[in-house]
Amino acid sequence: MEVGRLPISAALKGKLVSAGYTSLSLLSSLSPSHLARDLNISENEALDILKHAPHDGRIDTSSGHHIISGAQTAWDMLHEEELLTRITTSSVEIDNILGGGISCREVTEIGGVPGIGKTQLGIQLAVNVQLPVHCGGLGGKAIYIDTEGSFMVERVLQIAEACWDDMLANNAISQNVHAGQVGMQPKDFLENILYFRVCSYTEQIALINYLDKFISEHRDVKIVVVDSITFHFRQDFEDMALRTRLLSGMALKLMKLAKKFCLAVVLLNQVTTKYAEGSFQLTLALGDSWSHACTNRIILYWNGNERYAYIDKSPSLRSASAPYAVTARGIRNNVSNCKRIKLM
Amino acid sequence: MASRPISEMGLPKSIANVFAARSIKTAKDALSLTEFDLMELADMGLAEVTSALAHISERVSPPYQTALSLLEQRIQNEQLAGHLPTGLKGLDEALFGGIPFGVITELVGPAGIGKTQFCLKLSLLASLPTRHGGLDAQVIYIDVESKFSSKRLIEIGAQSFPEIFYTRGMAQEMAGRILVLRPASLAEFTESLQQIKLLLLERRVKLLVIDSMAALTSGEFEHGASKINPLGWHISFLKSVGELSRIPIVVTNQVRSQSSDDTWRYNFQVGTRHRDLEDTSKYDSQLIAALGIHWAHAVTIRLILETISGERFIKVAKSPMSPALAFPFSITSSGISLLNDDGIEVVGQEISTIHCDGHSEIIHSDTLQFHRQ
Repeated sequence: MEVGRLPISAALKGKLVSAGYTSLSLLSSLSPSHLARDLNISENEALDILKHAPHDGRIDTSSGHHIISGAQTAWDMLHEEELLTRITTSSVEIDNILGGGISCREVTEIGGVPGIGKTQLGIQLAVNVQLPVHCGGLGGKAIYIDTEGSFMVERVLQIAEACWDDMLANNAISQNVHAGQVGMQPKDFLENILYFRVCSYTEQIALINYLDKFISEHRDVKIVVVDSITFHFRQDFEDMALRTRLLSGMALKLMKLAKKFCLAVVLLNQVTTKYAEGSFQLTLALGDSWSHACTNRIILYWNGNERYAYIDKSPSLRSASAPYAVTARGIRNNVSNCKRIKLM
Repeated sequence: MASRPISEMGLPKSIANVFAARSIKTAKDALSLTEFDLMELADMGLAEVTSALAHISERVSPPYQTALSLLEQRIQNEQLAGHLPTGLKGLDEALFGGIPFGVITELVGPAGIGKTQFCLKLSLLASLPTRHGGLDAQVIYIDVESKFSSKRLIEIGAQSFPEIFYTRGMAQEMAGRILVLRPASLAEFTESLQQIKLLLLERRVKLLVIDSMAALTSGEFEHGASKINPLGWHISFLKSVGELSRIPIVVTNQVRSQSSDDTWRYNFQVGTRHRDLEDTSKYDSQLIAALGIHWAHAVTIRLILETISGERFIKVAKSPMSPALAFPFSITSSGISLLNDDGIEVVGQEISTIHCDGHSEIIHSDTLQFHRQ
């Protein structure tokens, strides 16, 4: 029954059905007062029902330039996309394949085997978002949601110090030294990372629900990193259908946050093995339905002796891969001819 | 906080009553439902449900800290800046002071390489008085494989710290601080862990060693055969215990062999697969850490102990901070010691490969020779 899908209380649904309104098309041409009389409910309640029922096509177009409220023409969207800001990953090659970095207003999932550098990239982005715009950042704050306990604050300091160094060098070259920016110290980078430690999946869901309010109060947050989205959902979950439902609900909320506050959402994911085509293959965890949830998906992997990032899914970028390196200073370009002694 | 009752969250009385009547008692109950399910169940409108969920969510969400305050707290509150020194100079430098508090450190390696020796040494170090570089605390040692030898422990102690162990009564005191548990099955292990939680609060326990984690499951779920990992609960339990009580957790893991064409890849890599196969086909099989990929994600630091052409190496294979360095070591009567403190930098997939000479050394000695040049 179609009215069963309306987001209204069960009592109202019952009233609708008993009055014979079983399909949505019956509701579309009704006025609130008419419905209120039919169902013997208040006009406010009737209005509430009608708000959720889809309207038919005959809507007065003269009232505004939006044909349907909330809709946008592709032309307008193009303009908006051009204003999209991106956060640098500190590896020029990854930035190139991403069209400049991790983009705002979108949810990006990053996955890879243990030790490939997921957390490193997460921390790097949380630091980089604070850089001024000409250095590839957004001058904003970062929210770091740690579900695994793998956040090492000493490492953040290391990366922040290197980032600060680079920023000073950059400023000196461009002769563009602003007093305010030089005043920023490595420790200030740490001050601007808001760290949440989440210890169960309930807390994870709660926090993501609450973020909407939290970010309204902290408008300068420009990136949300979840490290990792997977951890609590891989433990003691027997009801897989429930898991899928909760995860997709969470993904929707994150997507809404990204759009509403114009910030980047980065979800780190673990890998698992999957039996396909007669052999075991690596794939990102949480199953097939989850893989539809994110806008962009980047997989970090080993290619021979080099680390590579691969764009597995993106609506606007072509799939490509680029090498990168994890150094003491953080994520950097892959420099293969540097002086290293190979074991064996 | 997830199991906090909803009745104490200060929701409007009418809504709280409806929730209670529908047996939605904890935040977990409420948040496991979608808004739509909840409306159905509680017979409420969307606006009410949304605001109730927002309210519950706000109460359940953990508080935040800035990374700076986190750093300051750590520096202030912890002995040795939150690290247990291993006494191996090069390794300690690479790990920024030693085995870090609050996370899981894993030792992987073939049988007989020295994992247990390393664990014994760490136990001693944690029990030593602070003036000798120890933590002056108790140690819990979960000995799954029945390999703990108190005789060897005392021997290592006497050789490495003669000034303490030849003092009357000190050997007894040091060894008395190490509490050994010997669970025989996974169920018993689970029980021990639950007891530990209390013990950690009551006593001054500063190190938890589990030797070994892999012996508990003995390969039942290799290849991720079952969807539900039997160690799933243990993994999150250990992580949270380590973090809450801020102690280092050291776990050993065994190795399994894997045939080389089983090397896991992503499906987009399939095309490049054949070329690599030729390279690795020289080896019949390669070693991988037991317990699978799920476990590997959970450990923060992985140290691989391996042998390459007769020499033993200890390698930092996974660490959020340290570069991948390998140090040659040997096992002596005083335990484990490094042959040099400089370390050799390892790159690429070598970082996570586990080498073991064993029989393959004899069979493939010429290919290895070739490889080394």
